[in-house]
Amino acid sequence: MILIPAPFDLVPYLLQGVGVTVQLLIASSALALIMSFLIGYGRLSRYRIISLPATVYLEFFRGTSLLVQLFWAYFVLPFFGITLSAMTTGIIVIGLNYGAYGSEIVRSSILSIPKAQIEAGIALNMTRFQISYRVILPQALVIMLPSFGNLAIELLKGTALVSLITLNDLMFQGTVLRNTTLRTAEVFSMVLMLYFILAYPIILGVRKLENRLSVWRA
Amino acid sequence: MWDWSYTLFVLPDILKALKITILATFLGFAMASILGLILAICRRSQYKPLSMAVGAFVEFIRTTPLLAQLYFIFYVFPQFGLALSPLAAGVIGLGLHYSTYLSEVYRAGIDSIPQAQWEAATALSFSTRHIWLKIILPQAIPPILPVMGNYLIGMFKDTPLLSAITLVEILQVAKLQGSQYFRYLEPITIVGLLFLILSYVSSLGIKRLEARVNH
Repeated sequence: MILIPAPFDLVPYLLQGVGVTVQLLIASSALALIMSFLIGYGRLSRYRIISLPATVYLEFFRGTSLLVQLFWAYFVLPFFGITLSAMTTGIIVIGLNYGAYGSEIVRSSILSIPKAQIEAGIALNMTRFQISYRVILPQALVIMLPSFGNLAIELLKGTALVSLITLNDLMFQGTVLRNTTLRTAEVFSMVLMLYFILAYPIILGVRKLENRLSVWRA
Repeated sequence: MWDWSYTLFVLPDILKALKITILATFLGFAMASILGLILAICRRSQYKPLSMAVGAFVEFIRTTPLLAQLYFIFYVFPQFGLALSPLAAGVIGLGLHYSTYLSEVYRAGIDSIPQAQWEAATALSFSTRHIWLKIILPQAIPPILPVMGNYLIGMFKDTPLLSAITLVEILQVAKLQGSQYFRYLEPITIVGLLFLILSYVSSLGIKRLEARVNH
């Protein structure tokens, strides 16, 4: 048996929660990414029947607080006969919520490509699909990447809220461990450190992308 | 399905708690605005250890969850003899967390002032204090007001987290009512609607402010 020195002996217990947090991070990021493109492109549509619902979605998810949405999905939906596990609720609500923020990244990046490029595409007799797929998207994607990285960090922070709907993520394990060991200061310091460690690779990635991007732009 | 008499029964208590939510938002934002400016100025300091320490602090606070920070302030500070009420802990938590975001906003505003103005002010031998208060900040702050407004709305929507440190704000009241009467539908929906209405109206206000600033 190896003895781990003082605050770090808590880490193995917290790591169980890290697994859940990482699962949530990956699954809800994937959903958020899909929603970002759906809603972002939807808002750009010429047809009001598409752009209007997309705008309503955006305002709804940005306007009501994430925690309220989680509570609503967890406590109110069963009332309508829909009972979801805490994990499913967390993935869906966080994914849909951050997808709303992500849609603004998609939309603004696409709009930032000069209009002349679309005109040039038309002049070259490209189809609308070819213009958006071959001309606009490759450039817009590069612009989107650092912002998506930052959004992923925000999403990671947002996952801590699922502890309040009883999902045993890192934050939840922290509160449980605090109640059992009463080593409050050490437990919460370790929790903060672990979140930082989880976010750090994303920060480094964003920084690298931003540097690359400024070279690419120059 | 929707019970109106129950709605009218729970509504007054929720509206009463709305005062706490709004109070926490404004106090938190006041703290964030002041602390954010201090962080932004410290980060520009010529004295490397200070600017690096501030940079690390900002990075750490920005990348860790607000909820974890709130727990830390509420449960760990008392161990060092600093017992805080839920409201005080919540305001400090919100203020600290958002000060790091606002410091970046201030930084963008300050960076947008041409270097020549610093040089001109120095050439006229103004004091540092005078340069900041009379020349730089009056120009740097108005353009960033809309962005700050967006963070104010963001902070407003983060106030339900304070229910986790036992502050009796609107979500906490809704939850208590829900568990007491076994009906969560009305109270939590009302809370959601309140957030939607208030943040939507404020965002319209900010759009107007934005239009004004860009003129």
